[in-house]
Amino acid sequence: MAEPSLKASVPSAQAAVAEPTAVLATEQLLSMYRMMFLIRRVEESLLELAESGKIGGAMHTAIGHEGAAIGMAAALHKDDYLTCTYRGHHHSLARGMDPKRAICEVLGKAPGFAKGKGGSMHFLDPSLGLMGANGIVGAQVPHAAGMALAAKIRGEERIAITFFGDGALYQGLMHETFNMAQKWKLPVIFYCENNRYSEMTPISRTSSVSEIFQFVRAYGMESIQIDGNDVEVVYDAISKAAARARAGEGPTFIEGITYRLSGHMAGDLETYRSAEEIEMQRAYEPLTQLRQKLLDRSVTEDDINRIHAEVEEEVQAAVEYAVEAPWPDVAEAYTDVYKV
Amino acid sequence: MRKTTYIQAINEAMRDEMRRDERVFLIGEDIGHYGGLFRVTRNMMEEFGERRVIDTPISEQGFMGMAVGAAMVGLRPIVELMYMDFFLVCADQIFNQAAKMHYMTGGLLHVPLVIRGQQGGGKRYGSQHSSSVESTFAQFPGIKVVTPATPYDAKGLLISAIRDDNPVIFLEHKMLYFTRGDVPDAEEEYTVPIGKADIRREGTDLTLATFSYNVLQALEAADELKAEHGIDIEVVDLRSITPLDMETVLTSVAKTGRLLAVHESQSNAGVGAEIVARAYEEAPYLLKAPARRLGMAPASIPVSKPLEEELLPWKKNIKAAVLEMLR
Repeated sequence: MAEPSLKASVPSAQAAVAEPTAVLATEQLLSMYRMMFLIRRVEESLLELAESGKIGGAMHTAIGHEGAAIGMAAALHKDDYLTCTYRGHHHSLARGMDPKRAICEVLGKAPGFAKGKGGSMHFLDPSLGLMGANGIVGAQVPHAAGMALAAKIRGEERIAITFFGDGALYQGLMHETFNMAQKWKLPVIFYCENNRYSEMTPISRTSSVSEIFQFVRAYGMESIQIDGNDVEVVYDAISKAAARARAGEGPTFIEGITYRLSGHMAGDLETYRSAEEIEMQRAYEPLTQLRQKLLDRSVTEDDINRIHAEVEEEVQAAVEYAVEAPWPDVAEAYTDVYKV
Repeated sequence: MRKTTYIQAINEAMRDEMRRDERVFLIGEDIGHYGGLFRVTRNMMEEFGERRVIDTPISEQGFMGMAVGAAMVGLRPIVELMYMDFFLVCADQIFNQAAKMHYMTGGLLHVPLVIRGQQGGGKRYGSQHSSSVESTFAQFPGIKVVTPATPYDAKGLLISAIRDDNPVIFLEHKMLYFTRGDVPDAEEEYTVPIGKADIRREGTDLTLATFSYNVLQALEAADELKAEHGIDIEVVDLRSITPLDMETVLTSVAKTGRLLAVHESQSNAGVGAEIVARAYEEAPYLLKAPARRLGMAPASIPVSKPLEEELLPWKKNIKAAVLEMLR
């Protein structure tokens, strides 16, 4: 278990880490590892593209956060609604978004899922239940609650999950949403990826509450804190929250402790933390943890290297496809303003 | 035909659409058990129950955001804002979310949402409960802005708004709530299309383009100007701000040669400025005299009755503006 990592990285907090009760099959862990490595390589490639000047605007990678996305994708149904923050490439890819179209979208190219109009901060694919990443901190959270409300009004089994960072907890509409979701027992899961920094400022400098998962207990909501870097722990927590939601028992708040290994956005100077801090976290990050799980189950280094090679080829092909892909026709600038 | 109030017309539009379409639901403050502060949602809870008529806490950001989310997955929420001034409390969900969703998702999502409520002065509610907001909304592509002046239009336009696949801001006026007018019998279905202006009074000397409660003020001003000065005004009720029916306005100006645009939101950078600018851009040769706009003076709305009346662009101020233009 990764308890030492949590203590090391949150010196003032005693993380209440739940032991995983779910033990996933090795085959499933292997496919999780493949997806996690793919997400990692897509995002590292995007950072290279940003450095080379091919990506404009703000791009926020989730390197180090992948555990939440991978555990979620395994725990939920394909048609469960998902909304997320602008740090949301990982959720979309984990749910099955085509990496080629994802990279095209970030580059503003025509084959992007939104024809290049949305970009990195607005990943979505409604056919995969991906109802939109959002550029405004916290704005996607009531959307998910509204989708859960819609499911409830229609009498569907469907639930919603929304991902946000620790920084979002300090937006007023979060608390409005928590209150209504709990009062109306909405089938929604609030998943906080706590990477300990609100953009560039550690939450210890801005929050009057040291343990984020405590916030919603004031609303009477079920709330837990977990190791968000361990896919089995995440899978287990989201599975249980989903079962509660589907049973009509209402929302669950999950605080998944994680760490952002990359900057807040491409080009972040990262003056707010030391290289040593980042290095220390590498021992506990999700890819390292999952790799160790596999090695412990007699998966060989060769098996893992084979996965790496396959993924590398796929990601390189996707990058090349996107770089060569056409720009949208300029007439697209005027379309999609109103639905007609 | 029968006479009914503006409030009743709005209530019937929502009721009829909720009977017709399971996807329509109401959400807002005090709308259910209480029936709405202005009683516009009266009896809805009794007929449709708590599942489709949802009383919220005073959390505009939260419930506006939830309505946007529900609309993104295909329901058709009608949100009541108790006073339109409160749109500022939840502005992000309206402007950054609902208005932009269809565009920034490349058309993958749309938000069939109606935000309705009353605005405007005249009841001495003061600065934070009397604003007219249409000009602000007009700055944002992706939303439609509807401003009915009569019970007939209120019902017909609200039905169109509920059936529209885009976010529609439906602006009622507190001074119109108890006005009465002809509305087809309850069982007779009709709609009024969004984006089509209506000539409320024919005239030859000046085109007065306006909407909402100002239509009634303009018609009274027109009658008095005719009686007192022999001036004959044509009153164009725009009925919606987005889309803006400039074709009807310019057809009228072709006849009168003069244009005055009147509204209760700020004169500065307001809808009237837009109408005047477009007249100069699209058909300057029609104008025999400089076109003008008349909106709210650059102040917030005060509570004191004489002060409020001084600022609002109502009958007295409309008559003064017309007389200046025709001097």
